[in-house]
Amino acid sequence: MDEIIKDFLIESAENLDRLDQDLVKLEGAPSSTELLAGVFRTIHTIKGTCGFLGFARLEKLAHAGESLLSRLRDGDLTLNAEITSGLLAMVDAVRRMLAQIEASGQDGEDDHASLIGHLTELQSGAAKPSGVVLESASATPPAGATKVADVDSMPVQEQVDPGKIGGVLVERGHVSPEDLAGALELQELGRRKIGEILVAQGAVRPEDVAAAQQAVQARNPESAVETIRVGVNLLDRLMNLVGELVLARNQLLQFSNSTRDAGFQAVSQRMNLIATELQEEVMKTRMQPIGNVWNKFPRMVRDLALSCSKDVSLEMEGQDTELDRTIIEAIKDPLTHLVRNCIDHGIETPETRRQAGKEAAGVLKLRAFHEGGQVNIEISDDGAGLNGERIRQKAVERGLVTSQQAARMSDRDIFNMIFLPGFSTAEKITNVSGRGVGMDVVKTNVEKIGGTVDVQSTARKGTTVKIKIPLTLAIIPALMVTSGGERFAIPQVSLLELVRLEAGEGNKGIEMVQGAPVHRLRGRLLPVVYLNRELQIGLGGKDARTDRPTNIVVVQADGREFGLVVDEITDTEEIVVKPMGKQLKGISAYSGATIMGDGRVALILDILGLAQRARVISEARESALSDKEKVNKREESHSDRQTLLLVQCGAQGRMAIPLSLVARLEEFPATSIEMAGGQEVTQYRGQIMPLIRLSRVLDAGKEFAATAEGRLQVVVYSEAGRSVGLVVDRIVDIVDETLVVQNPAERKGVTGSSVIQKRVTDLLDVPRVVREVIPGFAEQPAGV
Amino acid sequence: MGASQQFCTFFLDGHVFGTPVPKVQEVIQHQEMTRVPLSPDVVSGLINLRGQIVSAIDLGRRLGLPERPEGQLPMNVVVRTNDGAVSLLVDEIGDVIEVEEETLESPPETLQGFAREVVSGVYKLSGRLLLALDIDRVVDLSDLTKTKGTREF
Repeated sequence: MDEIIKDFLIESAENLDRLDQDLVKLEGAPSSTELLAGVFRTIHTIKGTCGFLGFARLEKLAHAGESLLSRLRDGDLTLNAEITSGLLAMVDAVRRMLAQIEASGQDGEDDHASLIGHLTELQSGAAKPSGVVLESASATPPAGATKVADVDSMPVQEQVDPGKIGGVLVERGHVSPEDLAGALELQELGRRKIGEILVAQGAVRPEDVAAAQQAVQARNPESAVETIRVGVNLLDRLMNLVGELVLARNQLLQFSNSTRDAGFQAVSQRMNLIATELQEEVMKTRMQPIGNVWNKFPRMVRDLALSCSKDVSLEMEGQDTELDRTIIEAIKDPLTHLVRNCIDHGIETPETRRQAGKEAAGVLKLRAFHEGGQVNIEISDDGAGLNGERIRQKAVERGLVTSQQAARMSDRDIFNMIFLPGFSTAEKITNVSGRGVGMDVVKTNVEKIGGTVDVQSTARKGTTVKIKIPLTLAIIPALMVTSGGERFAIPQVSLLELVRLEAGEGNKGIEMVQGAPVHRLRGRLLPVVYLNRELQIGLGGKDARTDRPTNIVVVQADGREFGLVVDEITDTEEIVVKPMGKQLKGISAYSGATIMGDGRVALILDILGLAQRARVISEARESALSDKEKVNKREESHSDRQTLLLVQCGAQGRMAIPLSLVARLEEFPATSIEMAGGQEVTQYRGQIMPLIRLSRVLDAGKEFAATAEGRLQVVVYSEAGRSVGLVVDRIVDIVDETLVVQNPAERKGVTGSSVIQKRVTDLLDVPRVVREVIPGFAEQPAGV
Repeated sequence: MGASQQFCTFFLDGHVFGTPVPKVQEVIQHQEMTRVPLSPDVVSGLINLRGQIVSAIDLGRRLGLPERPEGQLPMNVVVRTNDGAVSLLVDEIGDVIEVEEETLESPPETLQGFAREVVSGVYKLSGRLLLALDIDRVVDLSDLTKTKGTREF
């Protein structure tokens, strides 16, 4: 194909995309002459070029659109939905014809007679005879007008274009059109710029030219930088090479550290700086604003809303948020699907909305922002929200879960079921969505690029889908650690902080709750995972050494935090993520491998996978101990040495609870408390869990000020699958003590007192306290 | 004269194994390896092959042969598979030899277990037998359950 046709195709495709956006914008602001002029120019350029290239059918169609636009521009017609649809239909037809030209070199057989007829009809809506309009349209200046990259370096053909310096100067009255025409002629002769000529002639002051230049740049922001087109595959290749260079650089640095040659060290330092800078710049060439994907949404939203007879206004925030090309490509389809879903299922019809007391127009909001080295994208609507009950029902009907399971699941888990394959609650299948393919594809696509999807919804208020994705996939900063004699890389994105327990503190710093190690980090209990145990390496009783400091890497996965105990923390390093062979794909603990400075391979830990392996984020720990075992433990609890949880509550002061009775320690926001049957409850893992305020039970009659503090410390006690939460003021400590019980059972709710840490401490009789408040507790098994 | 094929041969526990030459990318000396905890124990580790990360599979272990004696370093036969390059660890490298199709026979009954599945045929050489391996089958570890093959270091 001719270069010229290729260029025409690329340029036209971009122009058409802009046309889509401009037309939709124009519909919202029909009186904007600037927008209208832009739209007009674009169509005009296409018409002009295809006439020149001999695509008669395409030219005819573009001409019809242009004629209609010129009537709008002249104010003979005002833009309405019908005209916008007509113009958009024309844009689509032009796009189809361009595709045909790309495929066959011809503009196709379809002459779009009916569309042209329709456009002409729309045009004749006004009084003036259309012939005049057509003439005036074809008399407008020729194509070059939209070329923006060459504002003042090329001969300017048109006289007074507000997009050029000369035009601005005339507009502002700094120079007369005649002077400008003269200067333009001079410019064509020589290589001087228009501004220089005018200043030299004394026609304008230099500062006016500068001001005009700024005005031009403000109007055509793209014109400020020169651009060339580069093939994407070239950029990809470049990225790969830079990746290799970074590895070689790391190797070089390691080598230079082991030599004393000052000259060599200087050179490798310099090499290091250059490589780093090169890497940054090459990464930048691949960064694109997310707006590039969003640009097609205004048009899509408009069309969809019309076809569903809904009223939707689209709000976008953070279009400039930049992402790596490959990631942009990967999220294009998921985003499109989510937006479709919002309009089709989320936002209600105007009548329903009015009945619900909402604005007739629904709001669909797209938001993108950087946070913690990741890009967050939120797609929210203010529609009806997800129907948790219906999803539960559907999930059971489809056999995805049993009804008991469904009843136990939390709303959040339930909502996230919409991402399961084959799940759709849409009552009718529309051509937009509801076929039950899609949401699962959304999730798989996002996860493929290392992202996560979460859905939150409030009935009648709306739904928000949150997507978190990495900025780039190729080169990532990582923390290098060793464990069991092996090196591992922990991606910086999952890293929160590093904790070092000095030698001897290791035992104290890591405590056991229900057989699971935890570390108390600023008052919070942080589950701890020993990396070597989890990976089954370097085991041999060595991990309990107390003569060495303990390093805890605090990481987060899926919103949960946990500590990873490693032998040593080495360094942070830029690593190049490389895939592992298929033989190792099944191991969820790694996300890939990389090559270190010494040329050896190191594994990159997949924190989420590791957390799931270690069951830090799944809920299985509680059930690890069967109820029977718990009973056994309780019986053993009469033996002398016990692990006790010390809590502070109200006037009672310190209380001790045998740790064997503690299922979990939790923290809830005070706002999560609800009332049911006169009892404070909270939603806990899909169950309604009663809350007992220990201080109230133990000091009956005394009135306590409602605890206004933000968070409640709750000790969860479970029996026969039922849970109850004991609210305490503070978790004090976990101690191993020999119990010498004195004054047995004098007061209610207390089995006796003992001296713990040299203080008299009451022992709480948990089962009795619970039955005091909830008489029938745990007599019926859960789920009945 | 029937069709002939070139085979790259290597030794494992005294047996001669071979694979068609086009399947072999290169043969390299023993490389330092990074162990992969939790991996099936036939995976000895990962090697850095000029910037590419390649899994090394202990062929002897994969075929259920006795372990290589302590201190003897294996050689890497890097083979091309459907899923990219994979290195097979063998005791020693043999010659490239030409074999005639007509000397091919089906694997003997004495071959047991997994070896029987991956030996696609036997070529009768003068005085020895060449066991031809189905490489793609050898490197496909999906038959090993993830837990069963887990090794403790």
